[in-house]
Amino acid sequence: MSLLELENVSKIYGELHALDNVSMKVDNGEWVAIMGPSGSGKSTMMNIIGCMDKPTSGRVILDGADIAHESQNSLTAIRRDKIGLIFQQFHLVNYLTAVENVMVSQYYHSVPDEREALEALDRVGLADRARHLPSQLSGGEQQRVCIARALINYPEIVLADEPTGNLDEANENIVLDIFQQLHRDGTTLIVVTHDPEVGEVAQRTVTLEYGKIIRDAQNANFIK
Amino acid sequence: MFFRMIRGAFLLQKKKMLMIALTIALGASLATAMLNVMMDVGDKVNQELKTYGANITVVPKSASVINNLYEMEGGGSGEGSYLLEEELGKIKTIFWAFNIVDFAPFIDTEVTLPDGSAATMVGTWFNHHMDLPTGETLDTGIQNLRTWWDIRAGAWLDEQNAAQGADACMVGEVLAGREGLSAGDRLKVSTRFGTRELTVVGVFDAGGDEDEQIFAPMEVVQSLSNLDGYLTSIEVSALTTPDNDLAKKAAKQGPQSLSISDYETWYCTAYVSSICFQIQEVITDSVASPVRQVADSEGAIMEKTELLMELITILSLIGSALGITNLVTASVMERSAEIGLMKAVGATNGRISALVLTEVLITGIIGTAIGYLAGFGFAQIIGHTVFASSIEMKPMVIPIVVVLVVAVTLAGSIPAIRMLLRLRPAEVLHGR
Repeated sequence: MSLLELENVSKIYGELHALDNVSMKVDNGEWVAIMGPSGSGKSTMMNIIGCMDKPTSGRVILDGADIAHESQNSLTAIRRDKIGLIFQQFHLVNYLTAVENVMVSQYYHSVPDEREALEALDRVGLADRARHLPSQLSGGEQQRVCIARALINYPEIVLADEPTGNLDEANENIVLDIFQQLHRDGTTLIVVTHDPEVGEVAQRTVTLEYGKIIRDAQNANFIK
Repeated sequence: MFFRMIRGAFLLQKKKMLMIALTIALGASLATAMLNVMMDVGDKVNQELKTYGANITVVPKSASVINNLYEMEGGGSGEGSYLLEEELGKIKTIFWAFNIVDFAPFIDTEVTLPDGSAATMVGTWFNHHMDLPTGETLDTGIQNLRTWWDIRAGAWLDEQNAAQGADACMVGEVLAGREGLSAGDRLKVSTRFGTRELTVVGVFDAGGDEDEQIFAPMEVVQSLSNLDGYLTSIEVSALTTPDNDLAKKAAKQGPQSLSISDYETWYCTAYVSSICFQIQEVITDSVASPVRQVADSEGAIMEKTELLMELITILSLIGSALGITNLVTASVMERSAEIGLMKAVGATNGRISALVLTEVLITGIIGTAIGYLAGFGFAQIIGHTVFASSIEMKPMVIPIVVVLVVAVTLAGSIPAIRMLLRLRPAEVLHGR
């Protein structure tokens, strides 16, 4: 059974069909890149998969349960327990240190554990920057803090929205290396990107255009 | 973690939090000042109003019946009905003894002057010294109750001045003019019970009937009336609380009409009717009744003064609430990405609201502390400017101000909390 399944999902804003009758499945441990030009519906799809928005119609089955019409409180709980979010803009709390930013996610999930948060930072190579504020970190380092925060509660799916959009090449490679390691560890990864290089390293690429899936293919060059 | 986030938020928004604290401090300071003045002003205004004389008269029961029959105001007595002088000290033993500011007994008689004309002679206390059963001492008399008397010649009769002795009197200006009397003159008065020669120590202008009367110590008039130890009325000046519905009901239907709890409330509140009732309890066969013109004026002035203070307090708190609304809303808007992120990682609306409200309440506590101290200063300025005395800080004001500030702070935060509840993480984190 798939970990995530979209069935005929549409999202309509007035006259705009941001997603138009989209269906797709993501298996456990799969690394999927969702690609497409601006306005193709990538972010809308991410918001729906990430339980931050509801579809206008269709079903969203996560871990066997249809979450499409859950209440906001239920979606918050699902997001907290099952999903790790990585943002293009990092969205770190600027008055908290790197380790405290990771602990925020723990705090709203269960109980903050500084030692565990430090280990998460260590996994993304930031153990020595744990006490720094976001303003004292480079873009790449901030994104790695964001990744550590997304992973700290062992989510079933990690959703990344343009994770390398604000990074230089060196930092982009570091982030992609982390993703490869996460994939090897069995984490399900869904990465929204318009960067072909990021799309190419994924196991599977789903391409959107005008709210529809125009291509869904395994990546022949994928290296496990 | 919660407090790390609170601390961080304070450090991040130092200026905004300071502005919120100052806004709260402004409201708290005015509330503190007004509430303290309002609670203290009762005594101060009452003290000021005491210059208008007594607000309670006590007469014998039989005299009261005659007064009621003929709708007479104030004192007066029926022949053969008297109060006992020896009971006067008991007035200062009633439940509201400390609210009895001054009192004076009266007895009057007709005297014949040397030219054969008649005049009313009033016996009273001028500045009588009393040693009370409680061990306290008291100087009371008409010198305090007739503050509007204008002494045209001589001075007030001083009962405690042994040199003046008991053979002294004060004469009203009209009578003095008619009889050609001035300070230092001797005046012979007689009744069927005897004759006394008194020294006129002062001539006064009272602006009324008293200008045709002679005022002398109690003992003089009692001996000329052959009524040693008796008096016909007592005037009492008491600090009172403005009447409310309970007091009006007690005054109209009698205290026996009240329930036990209402009776206790009424008895233990300084309503003019409850003080009258307590005086009646200690003065045998007496009827104590408020001088309505004075009591009502005091009540009206007090009510209006308190209403003014309440309005200023309410308006200042509304102003603070509006300020808090703007500042907290601006703070939430400024932090929308941070709040969206918290929601995205699983924070519920309740936990985020608790975080923001805790920040605001901590700021409120700081603002309240600053405001209370500033309010203390404002109250003293008001006290010295308006009443020429300090305003006593009432401990009861602290919990009231805290409750008001908490209520205003929470009320002022409602729009921001509503905005926070409506905020969707997708809108602030992804732009849709």
